[in-house]
Amino acid sequence: MKQSSTRGPTHSAKEAYNFGPNPWQQTSWDGRAAGNFIGGGAGGGLIVFSALSGVQGMALTLMLLAGLALVGGGLLSVWFEIGRPLRALNVIFNPRTSWMSRESLVAFALFPAGLAAAVGLPGAAALAALLACLFVYCQARLVLAAKGIPAWREPALLPLLLITAGAEGGGLFLLARALPLPQTQPGVHWLWALFMALVLARALLWLVWRTRLAGVAAPRALAAIDRAGALLLMLGSLLPLALVVLVVNGPSGVAATAWLLGAAGLAAALAGAWFKFTLITRAAFNQGFALKRLPVRGTAHVSGTAPSDPKGV
Amino acid sequence: MTRWAMVADLRRCVGCQTCTAACKHANATPPGVQWRRVLDMEFGEYPDVQRAFVPVGCQHCDEPPCLDVCPTTATRKRADGIVTIDYDLCIGCAYCAVACPYQARYKTERASFAYGSATQTETLRFDAARLAVATKCTFCVDRIDAGLAKGQTPGVDPEATPACVNACIADALAFGDLEDPKSKVSQLLAENQHFRMHEELGTGPGFFYLWDKEDAS
Repeated sequence: MKQSSTRGPTHSAKEAYNFGPNPWQQTSWDGRAAGNFIGGGAGGGLIVFSALSGVQGMALTLMLLAGLALVGGGLLSVWFEIGRPLRALNVIFNPRTSWMSRESLVAFALFPAGLAAAVGLPGAAALAALLACLFVYCQARLVLAAKGIPAWREPALLPLLLITAGAEGGGLFLLARALPLPQTQPGVHWLWALFMALVLARALLWLVWRTRLAGVAAPRALAAIDRAGALLLMLGSLLPLALVVLVVNGPSGVAATAWLLGAAGLAAALAGAWFKFTLITRAAFNQGFALKRLPVRGTAHVSGTAPSDPKGV
Repeated sequence: MTRWAMVADLRRCVGCQTCTAACKHANATPPGVQWRRVLDMEFGEYPDVQRAFVPVGCQHCDEPPCLDVCPTTATRKRADGIVTIDYDLCIGCAYCAVACPYQARYKTERASFAYGSATQTETLRFDAARLAVATKCTFCVDRIDAGLAKGQTPGVDPEATPACVNACIADALAFGDLEDPKSKVSQLLAENQHFRMHEELGTGPGFFYLWDKEDAS
């Protein structure tokens, strides 16, 4: 394949300079942007699980603070990516149409609500959980609104990102339950069942999303998605499932059960994080340029529809 | 109502990149930033090969995805269809860049110059406000507005016409008001078969590509 005459080589380390007609990985958002989706999803999910759990006291406080720290860390991560960080507050100026503005505004509400819940204010945990759900929803819609990236604008990504946040948050919750935190109440035991349901739903939704991308996304994007998907299915779904089956069927003690569930949670959370990192930094190919018709010059050439895979010169 | 639009005749474009150079000269864009660029595309396999030169850039869409996603309202659409960026509002989040299906937006983190250090012209025309924020083709909106203020007609009077159109050696680029049936762009669209890039996304680009005469079968 020849290359764009106005740019450097294709498929080289200088991906930023590949502006040929065929799709290329976007270079505007890197790992720092991915960090926002990773931290936001996992943190939001952890806040929701913590609120649902009925855990009280210091354990709840620590879990909520961890969730807020993840959300805040994600926002800090993306703050390092924006070109004009001192103007960051301008981000809230367009809630009418921008999901990024909405995400920011919800974050502004989530932190005080989360802190109020962390200090034990009655009803604040439920409010924080609601806002965390809203925050994750805004993040998912934010990705979906990026029309330039076929893998992102596929509608099936919306439930996938929402459920992924839940699975990650549930995973971190189970991990936290395994840690030697001061826990005044045992928490709600059915939460690990909810966690497993989310993990399995995530695997299913990934398959739906991947199926719909076939023929739409660039081959290299699909290859990256498949690699991350394999990890999501194996490490993030099958391994947690196996560990939970072990817990259900095994004659293990309370501590062992907690650690097995914690390991299942960690695996699910890590696989989800890697999936999001891949989604932003490796599977985000644009659709390149395409001609519906070829120019008709002179009389010798028969006009026709342009092939879908032009070669950049 | 006015709707400024651009037409590129794919039969005429020879890929000389004069428009690209003119744009860089007019807008003082740094290395690596091409608000107007011309793709060189090749179709088919030897010996049945066809080549097309395709001018691309901001399409100044009717429904710009960049406009909706912009969290700061820095990106706006004027009543005449031109999509603009307020460099003083933009935070450089690049959300618009990933939302644009035409890869028309750029963000330059730091000053760079064609030959390392700034030439005299680059020094004179350097604009720090354009660093670390989104930039893109403006349809040379300053020329249009200044020309209109003088009673000139964009697309007809060179002083009021985008630099790339003025520079085109093959008369492949045209600019004008879509709402004016007498404008060059309206006449070209009436006389020729045309399409817009990625029209299926519902963006309504203000950039049209001619590919054959209207009466061709």
